[in-house]
Amino acid sequence: MSDLNTAMIEKYRSSFLKEVEANVEEGEWVKMCMQCGVCSGSCPLGKHWEHPPQEIFMMIRAGKREDVLSSDSMWMCTSCYNCIARCPRGLPITHIMHGLAVYSKRLGLTPQKQPTAEFSQIFWDNLMKKGRVNELKLGLSMYFKDGFGQGIKNAMANQKLGQNMMKAKRMNAMEFFGGHSVKDLSGFQKIIKKAQEIEAGNIKEFK
Amino acid sequence: MTEVIATNETILVVGGGISGMTAALEAAETGKQVVLVEKRPYVGGRVTQLYKYFPKLCFPTCGLEINQRRAKMNPNLNIISMAEVTDIKGEAGNYTATVKISPRYVNENCTACGDCAKAVEAEFDDEYNYGLGKRKGAYLPHRMAHPQRYVLDPAIIGTDDAQKAKDACKVNAIDLDMQEEVIEFKAGAVVWATGWKPYDANKIQPYGYDRIANVITSVEFERMADPNGPTGGKLTRPSDGKEVKSVAFIQCAGSRDKNHLLHCSRICCMASLKQATYPADEVAISIYYIDIRAIDRFEDFYQKVKAKENVKFIKSKVASIVENKENGNPTLHGVDTEGYNRYADEHDLVVLAVGMEPSVDKASFPVEITINEEGFIEPAPENGGVFAAGCSSDALDVNRAVQHATGAAMRAIQVVNRVAATEG
Ligand SMILES: Cc1cc2nc3c(=O)[nH]c(=O)nc-3n(C[C@H](O)[C@H](O)[C@H](O)COP(=O)(O)OP(=O)(O)OC[C@H]3O[C@@H](n4cnc5c(N)ncnc54)[C@H](O)[C@@H]3O)c2cc1C
Ligand code: SF4
Ligand code: SF4
Ligand code: SF4
Ligand code: SF4
Repeated sequence: MSDLNTAMIEKYRSSFLKEVEANVEEGEWVKMCMQCGVCSGSCPLGKHWEHPPQEIFMMIRAGKREDVLSSDSMWMCTSCYNCIARCPRGLPITHIMHGLAVYSKRLGLTPQKQPTAEFSQIFWDNLMKKGRVNELKLGLSMYFKDGFGQGIKNAMANQKLGQNMMKAKRMNAMEFFGGHSVKDLSGFQKIIKKAQEIEAGNIKEFK
Repeated sequence: MTEVIATNETILVVGGGISGMTAALEAAETGKQVVLVEKRPYVGGRVTQLYKYFPKLCFPTCGLEINQRRAKMNPNLNIISMAEVTDIKGEAGNYTATVKISPRYVNENCTACGDCAKAVEAEFDDEYNYGLGKRKGAYLPHRMAHPQRYVLDPAIIGTDDAQKAKDACKVNAIDLDMQEEVIEFKAGAVVWATGWKPYDANKIQPYGYDRIANVITSVEFERMADPNGPTGGKLTRPSDGKEVKSVAFIQCAGSRDKNHLLHCSRICCMASLKQATYPADEVAISIYYIDIRAIDRFEDFYQKVKAKENVKFIKSKVASIVENKENGNPTLHGVDTEGYNRYADEHDLVVLAVGMEPSVDKASFPVEITINEEGFIEPAPENGGVFAAGCSSDALDVNRAVQHATGAAMRAIQVVNRVAATEG
């Protein structure tokens, strides 16, 4: 292939595909998709997606940046790995879906009130406080995320589950008061901060 | 004892399918001595199991008959059937081949009268029909088999059936004392034409070939369409014998897939288009595909099939097949990539257009040879005087396989000509 040809391919290639390749985890795989449809047909959540994986990959190549990044589709992925097991081209579809979700979150394009996104945020905030997940507080935050009244209703509905978890020593009521943390909490927080700096430094800007 | 007169100017052809037959005949007709070693009890290979040929929809028997006549008339060609090459030593111009010949228990006296088959009782899965029907323990592998000579299944040797067969034969053609033989002979060049085999459909888990009776393979469909086949040419369901009103073809079953065969098997799009013309016009046909690869001059054939009102094309690789337990119908699940619509389509019968893989696996070649990622033989200088012909080199249709085999014969002739020149 001539240098000029290579230069032209670079120049005219959809810049959103380039962006995905640069900034989305496993994004460089998107161009390998041959649009066979097996992932979409195999996805147990597929009925509930606005755009099944194969369509998302086509949209990326067609440069539909806003439609993809503000879509709720990739948030629907449950990591069942059906698609990866069947994809004839070996695309790590599950990871690409999560990569797209993370990227849309970074850019602030995630749809409002997207339940998976909300839960992920609560989980993250919970984890960051003590370096470990406080399941009691995580549960309560989930119950009360839509207001106090709804929270009480949710807690009542799941009372049995909570009690059983305590009986089985899967949850401890004392964790409500502070809760214990990892040994070196400030060390943990420094690690996360550094990782976030590295990650941010890797993001390339696209207009 | 099987006599083989061979020298360093002899060409050994391994595999007597359409490619091996072509290479052997082309070489023999230029005056070269040729020994053809074929594993089956007859020559012709897998094309003998096809009902019709694309693109002309003519019968393979026609071309096979011509080849068989050429073979019979040519004194330079020695065909050894039921035999396998177990070892090849030496180099171009000076090979020694070891060949193991299995006993047929039937000699040249056989007139193919069929009395022995009537006399025996035991039945076996009929390999010629890919196990769709049964054959007797004394059998002619198929109607047009060449040589026209019966075979005794080794499993009946030592049983009453063997004696019954022998007693039934009026021309003393059955020899129950035949033994396996191992012979050695010389050859200057080798044409390797062992062909292909259908990809094992059991490995394609989501399609349920092992679980769903009405999911079959394309090679089985060829046998079902043949009036001389196990269903007498009637399109009926394996589960209940019901007449088939709708057929689905699934393309790339095991091909173009990281989990199975990496390569495109090249012939299966055309094979399904051809098979879509087998059933009557009332039968609804759906072809599920990624893209139709009807290469170069076959485009016309594709257009003709596309114009048929009973044939529908769905651009989608089917995700999975689930059996409807009530009626035995396979239900196809997937997403139509033109519009992203989910479907759950029921059909009476599903045909998997299975891919082609080399019949000999990498580890079992009796000679040093260069094999590519897909298991096919590469045309490498390191192969010395061994030349691939037909589907042992790539997934090919008959036309291309025959052209390739003629090329292989040419190369083999060049090697033995060099030997002749030096030995003077
Ligand atoms: C469903 C289907 C439909 C098809 N329809 C068509 C069609 O309509 N038209 C068309 O052009 N093509 C068609 N093809 C392709 C066609 O079948 C092949 O092109 C053809 O069979 C190639 O012939 P071959 O001699 O190379 O291989 P084969 O037919 O496989 O012959 C190889 C021979 O070698 C023998 N052998 C194997 N191993 C050994 C060994 N170790 N020692 C000795 N002998 C051995 C085998 O017994 C066999 O006789 C179809 C294929 C499929 C799957
Ligand atoms: S299964 Fe793989 S190749 Fe097929 S559409 Fe999905 S991602 Fe693309
Ligand atoms: S891993 Fe995600 S995208 Fe893949 S099939 Fe499962 S839910 Fe669907
Ligand atoms: S072996 Fe004898 S009985 Fe059998 S078909 Fe041949 S001639 Fe007839
Ligand atoms: S020829 Fe057609 S069906 Fe066969 S592997 Fe290639 S694309 Fe798939």
